[in-house]
Amino acid sequence: MMQNKSTEITVGMFVAAGIVALFMLAMKVSNFSEFNDDSGYQVTAEFENIGGLKVRSPVTMAGVRVGRVSDISLSSDTYNAVVTLSLYNNFDVIPTDTAASIYTAGLLGEQYIGLEAGAEEEFLQNGDVIDLTQPALVLEQVIGQFLFSKAEGDE
Amino acid sequence: MPLIKIRDLHFYRGDRAIFEGVNIDIYRGKITAIMGPSGTGKTTLLRLIGGQLRPDRGTIEVDGQDVHKLSRSELYELRKRMGMLFQSGALLTDIPVFDNVAFPLREHTDLPESMIHDLVLMKLQAVGLRGARDLMPSELSGGMARRVALARAVTLDPMMVMYDEPFTGQDPISMGTLVNLIHKMNDAMDLTSIVVSHDVTETAEIADVIYLLSEGKVIEKGSPVQLKRSSSQWVQQFMQGLPDGPVPFHYSNVSLADDLFAQEESA
Amino acid sequence: MIETIRSLGRWGLGTFERLGRGHLFLFRTLAGVPEIFLRLSLLVHQLFSVGVLSVFLILISGLFVGMVLGLQGYNTLVDFGAEESLGVLVSLSLVRELGPVVSALLFAGRAGSALTAEIGLMKSTEQLSGMEMMAVDPIHRVIAPRFLAGLISMPLLAALFSAVGIFGGFLVGHGLLGVDDGAFWSQMQVKTDWYDDVLNGVIKSIVFGFVVTWIALFEGYDATPTSEGVGRATTRTVVHSAFAILGLDFVLTALMFGEG
Ligand SMILES: Nc1ncnc2c1ncn2[C@@H]1O[C@H](COP(=O)(O)OP(=O)(O)OP(=O)(O)O)[C@@H](O)[C@H]1O
Ligand SMILES: [Mg+2]
Repeated sequence: MMQNKSTEITVGMFVAAGIVALFMLAMKVSNFSEFNDDSGYQVTAEFENIGGLKVRSPVTMAGVRVGRVSDISLSSDTYNAVVTLSLYNNFDVIPTDTAASIYTAGLLGEQYIGLEAGAEEEFLQNGDVIDLTQPALVLEQVIGQFLFSKAEGDE
Repeated sequence: MPLIKIRDLHFYRGDRAIFEGVNIDIYRGKITAIMGPSGTGKTTLLRLIGGQLRPDRGTIEVDGQDVHKLSRSELYELRKRMGMLFQSGALLTDIPVFDNVAFPLREHTDLPESMIHDLVLMKLQAVGLRGARDLMPSELSGGMARRVALARAVTLDPMMVMYDEPFTGQDPISMGTLVNLIHKMNDAMDLTSIVVSHDVTETAEIADVIYLLSEGKVIEKGSPVQLKRSSSQWVQQFMQGLPDGPVPFHYSNVSLADDLFAQEESA
Repeated sequence: MIETIRSLGRWGLGTFERLGRGHLFLFRTLAGVPEIFLRLSLLVHQLFSVGVLSVFLILISGLFVGMVLGLQGYNTLVDFGAEESLGVLVSLSLVRELGPVVSALLFAGRAGSALTAEIGLMKSTEQLSGMEMMAVDPIHRVIAPRFLAGLISMPLLAALFSAVGIFGGFLVGHGLLGVDDGAFWSQMQVKTDWYDDVLNGVIKSIVFGFVVTWIALFEGYDATPTSEGVGRATTRTVVHSAFAILGLDFVLTALMFGEG
């Protein structure tokens, strides 16, 4: 009987430790906590080219994280990328003429969307569209342009 | 009507025939002994009766039911009424003696623990091992293990018990006790017993009927007295344990001389 | 020549027959699982011998694997000036791959082989057959609780492995190599996805637990009931489990992370 009890206790501890480990992987290691605040509001922005942007890429403003990319699709008439941004509710005073650009963190890092605040008195709301956008910088294109202009300059 | 009716039993291990047309009747309330040289298939016969092996031909009826036509659950119901003492004991090695004997009760009944306790101690007392209840099976001698297994085989008060060599490895005193015990249990609990054994004297003491098996056939059957008076040389040799006679001691083979000769030739 | 083809054929038939028996065995085991919830003490006992007794090995291995990842990862990342990403590298490697795979391999060696040996010995000492004659189905009474225990233990052990491994990576990265701890954790949190990475890793470990426990129990149940037979079955458990884990890992990874 004694032996039974200590077996039960260690088994209980084992299961609890396993669940704590899973919980830690969820809360501390991954972005699980973000999943629950789906309470944010959505705005869309059209980009000519989004480069390597992905769903769940961060959206920042002056380096502060204000939301994430929640959807990416292709517009069937302009052939531009339509990106849906999910912005956190506590950042609800973003002017409507804010500009969105796609940047790269570091030289080879992940891509993210940076917002630069405009001057309007009105603020973005759920369903609004950001008109001022700047596409991702695609390295090959930049190099290509540079070489082209160099060649033209030489002539 | 017999409790167990075996008709035209055929059983093969690969190409080797173990049984070729065996007929056996085992009557209620009697002790039936199955005897025969080592390796004739006595254990195999018990396994066939218990439904663990399937005959290649023929039928085995227990209590009016054809064992090999039963569904799984019907077979398990039937087995609850069959006790079996394995040649090796087959005790569960990870639980002590007490729990081993209590095992069938705990699996098949909802009896309160206090009652299980009493029942188990009674059975252990009967085989003289009440004091060994807390030992693990690995701490028992072969003979003790077999007695524990015997106690376990009868815990559910079955209608029949199959003993596979219950006397092997027992000292003369516990052997005598076991012989008595099997006899008494058979009468007191209204059991039907099948005893597989090599011990001619002990078996003859308690058996009502003896079947002698050899080479896949029933060689002789009858009461101990009838067998002792039998005119067959075979039966006489077996019953008296004589080294020379028609009973083969060797697993069927070419003659020794041929075997030795063959090796010399190839060398 | 004919003889070779014949033996190949015999081998093939034998393999198929074993596969068939293995599946039948699995179905009977699964049918026995619901009963266990009425007798939880059987399960608790098995969780102890299958799960608890593997914890120490898993924790130590996880810690060292994490530390090595920290060290190796740092040396590679520092060349690109990206040592801030060390946390991401450690967490993704562990959560997606090394956690489930390495802990399953260890589990097969520690718990799987023990299960095979135990069942094989029970068979060779006629304990299973004795149970059958007592009208107790050994698959329900002996196999099913062990199966369920393996299924529950594996994801818990893999989670422990990953968690301890990430901690080991942090110890080396922050304590030894001086990576900023804020960057380590925040980068990791941004880039490790709960669903795509963590949950998929957990699914992998459940699949591995299922397969390893199945192989271990079947090998024991199907072993030739001699000491040599049980010994060989134990070896087979470890070898077959390793193949199954690595093969399935490839398939699962392709399915889960394939489309990026
Ligand atoms: N699993 C098996 N596979 C193949 N052959 C077997 C197997 N078990 C038993 N046999 C063969 O069946 C025959 C009968 O075996 P069995 O165990 O029934 O003999 P037995 O009469 O009980 O002998 P003993 O008196 O020595 O216990 C033996 O000759 C043996 O070679
Ligand atoms: Mg025998």
